Amino acid sequence: MSDYSFSNPEIVEQECDILLIGGGMAACGAAFEIMKWAENTGLSIKLVDKAAMDRSGAVAQGLSAINTYMGENDPADYVRYVRGDLMGITREDLVYDVGRHVDDSVHNFEDWGLPIWKQKGDEGTKLRDGGKPVRSGRWQIMINGESYKWIVAEAAKKAIGIENIEEHVFIVRLFTDRNDPSRISGAAGFSVRESRIYIYRFKCCLLAAGGAVNVFRPRSVGEGMGRAWYPVWNAGSTYAMAAECGAEMTLMENRFVPARFKDGYGPVGAWFLLFKAKAMNAFGEDYQARNYEQLKDRGYDRYAIGHAMGTCLRNHLMMIEMKEGRGPIFMDTPTAMARLAENMTPMEIRHLEAEAWEDFLDMTIGQCGVWAGENIEPDKEMSELMPTEPYLLGSHAGCAGLWVSGPEDLPGTPDHYNWGYNRMTTVNGLFTAGDGVGASGHKFSSGSFTEGRIASKSMVKYCLDNRDIVPELPVSTEEIVEEIYRPVRTYLKHKDYTTAIDVNPHYITPKMLQSRLQKIMDEYVAGVATWYQTNQKMLELAERKLIMLKEDSLKMRAKDLHELLRAWENYHRIITAEAHMRHIKFRQETRYPGYYYRADFLDINDDEWKCFVNSRYDRETGQWDMKKVKWSPLIKVGENEPAGMSNMGPDL
Amino acid sequence: MPTYVRTDKCDGCKGQDKTACMYICPHDLMRLDKDGSETGHAMKAYNQEPEQCWECYACVKICPQQAIECRHYADVVPLGAQVQPLRGTDSIMWTIRFRNGNMKRFTFPIRTTPEGSADPYGDKGEADRSQLANPASLFTDSMHSCDTSQFMAT
Ligand SMILES: Cc1cc2nc3c(=O)[nH]c(=O)nc-3n(C[C@H](O)[C@H](O)[C@H](O)COP(=O)(O)OP(=O)(O)OC[C@H]3O[C@@H](n4cnc5c(N)ncnc54)[C@H](O)[C@@H]3O)c2cc1C
Ligand code: SF4
Ligand code: SF4
Repeated sequence: MSDYSFSNPEIVEQECDILLIGGGMAACGAAFEIMKWAENTGLSIKLVDKAAMDRSGAVAQGLSAINTYMGENDPADYVRYVRGDLMGITREDLVYDVGRHVDDSVHNFEDWGLPIWKQKGDEGTKLRDGGKPVRSGRWQIMINGESYKWIVAEAAKKAIGIENIEEHVFIVRLFTDRNDPSRISGAAGFSVRESRIYIYRFKCCLLAAGGAVNVFRPRSVGEGMGRAWYPVWNAGSTYAMAAECGAEMTLMENRFVPARFKDGYGPVGAWFLLFKAKAMNAFGEDYQARNYEQLKDRGYDRYAIGHAMGTCLRNHLMMIEMKEGRGPIFMDTPTAMARLAENMTPMEIRHLEAEAWEDFLDMTIGQCGVWAGENIEPDKEMSELMPTEPYLLGSHAGCAGLWVSGPEDLPGTPDHYNWGYNRMTTVNGLFTAGDGVGASGHKFSSGSFTEGRIASKSMVKYCLDNRDIVPELPVSTEEIVEEIYRPVRTYLKHKDYTTAIDVNPHYITPKMLQSRLQKIMDEYVAGVATWYQTNQKMLELAERKLIMLKEDSLKMRAKDLHELLRAWENYHRIITAEAHMRHIKFRQETRYPGYYYRADFLDINDDEWKCFVNSRYDRETGQWDMKKVKWSPLIKVGENEPAGMSNMGPDL
Repeated sequence: MPTYVRTDKCDGCKGQDKTACMYICPHDLMRLDKDGSETGHAMKAYNQEPEQCWECYACVKICPQQAIECRHYADVVPLGAQVQPLRGTDSIMWTIRFRNGNMKRFTFPIRTTPEGSADPYGDKGEADRSQLANPASLFTDSMHSCDTSQFMAT
């Protein structure tokens, strides 16, 4: 037995050339690609994940569709689809880059053993040999995806080598270099299993620790509060750690509020796209048609053509209905199933029913629990839809994240899109992918994996170009230990002051820290409590409360390693929340109606705000620098794009 | 629906230093009560923070004793239903029991290759080092065909 104890952690210091932080889709893609480019270079590469790669991240349960697969489509049309859904403002270079490489990643998944549905007649033929997939939409293909993450992680782990992987280690903080603060130098974290602190020094790293969940008060606040739509364990680590070392962020005002089956948050994509189900209000009316004219009041219709419109606008039409008291909104699953079954044999109908259930059992099992508990069989009875609490993410249908340099070869790329290595942030040597990259949503699982590959290739180049870098941390080992283990020491020092360990004037439990954060965000920063509305005054109050919360985070307690994990996760949530609040405050318009409303600036104001909002945080002073950054489109406006797409935004 | 561990089935993974459920839970929820001081059941696992459970079923699927089940979130779902998987090497079988006793059973494939056999590289060749600076290629060199006339600058 060692002498190390809960109050006295062992310290492990390691050096490598490249550290991959996270073990999700993006990091697995990086692990796969990087080893090929690093062959015979002598570069040392490690990966660290806070959980076990087989089931870590957003794909832990599995998925029933791969949402980004080009196939017969051109990547330019993919860019058009993404900018349409994200209200015009996207980094088209980054989106295009994912589009042109993504299919190859999916072909690899199939080689490794992922079952991909094929059209009749093509059952035995692989995608790479021309097999036609079953599409549930123009960009989506259906899979039997229960083991999706397991299979991808299996390949990634073999590629990088088990000896280079550290699981169950949570990274708390990144460091810039002692001699050059514009460059990254290391990271520190702790084991959630043993009392041990890890300190890494490296030339560069991939920060791919997912999006942010449970920043806002969830709709279920009892036992069901873990039933978030996005993975409850992704705590904004990507955004917070990047912000704290001064990386520029973009579109952190963006959020995703998916409309899902109520309480279980089961997916609706296959029901809408594959089964062609319709949603209606309490009286059986088509609320989209009913409310469509209202889009014109605030210029929202410039981002819709007919009934084709961005996801947020569809939410907006649904919310009008709910606020005016014509809810609940129902998904008419029985009619859709009956229509599909019209020309089917009983055998085919049973198969169809299984497909419908698999959609949930593959990725949101809890939805089946809700239905089973309420005796609802979706082919016989309709189910309610509901917009969820907000999530921050950059890979699904949202675009919050870090500002990165893009590929240099695409025609018309402006200088401010390309200043360095592909997928490098504004901090030299700090790369990101997946949920980490801002202004380029709709990558999903396959695109996140692909972006990890793209980033890893340029990380190898970065290391080879900068062989002589010797990273030096700006703080001492003692200071790192002091900071990371402060919640433990605070607990041990004060726990006997009171009889009940959770109520103590000298510390705050991570759980209460989270509750306070969620209350602030819900009530002031456009959560469900205000039907996603906020204004200048509310944001000013939020700012004041968040600053005090950040001060109180110095008094987090941790009574065991599990609570230490929660403490630092919630710290990351606070920084992420602050970024979100500041961006919403800076952008004086309602760019994403249906996701959030600036009640004091309800219009979409292209002339002043069709641009990126970027920010930079200074950890020492607590100051945020906010600015507008020019949006530069690369792809021609297509025939079927809404009018708003051709407005070029302010001249910056 | 938070998970629960059945006292009659859990064997604490036979006292190995890592239990399967603790290892796999992405949210660090499962915990082994070594001496029974936390639950009254020595050498059995439990969910230490049920209200943080994503009901992802990773622990349910991996438990070698099938000791883990779910009781749907009590603040949301009426009692009496159950959704239980049995995950094999190439397929997964689901049994869904409704509150009213109705049952449904489904089996789905989960992979086409034997577990553990995924070969990341196979015969995919080597990276062409001269392409290291070229963003249009990854090591597999199979970029999608692109209609470059769609760019405004062309
Ligand atoms: C319910 C749901 C449905 C979805 N549906 C689809 C779909 O149908 N099709 C599709 O293609 N995509 C879908 N997605 C999206 C897809 O899962 C994500 O786009 C993708 O997983 C993002 O990859 P990532 O690597 O950025 O993050 P993740 O895959 O979430 O990985 C994050 C990783 O970081 C680790 N981590 C976090 N914090 C730390 C820290 N501080 N230190 C160390 N490690 C850390 C985590 O353990 C994890 O390994 C869905 C996601 C969800 C949740
Ligand atoms: S995996 Fe199953 S048997 Fe092993 S400790 Fe967990 S509940 Fe018990
Ligand atoms: S269901 Fe998922 S989140 Fe819940 S305890 Fe099991 S592994 Fe953890």
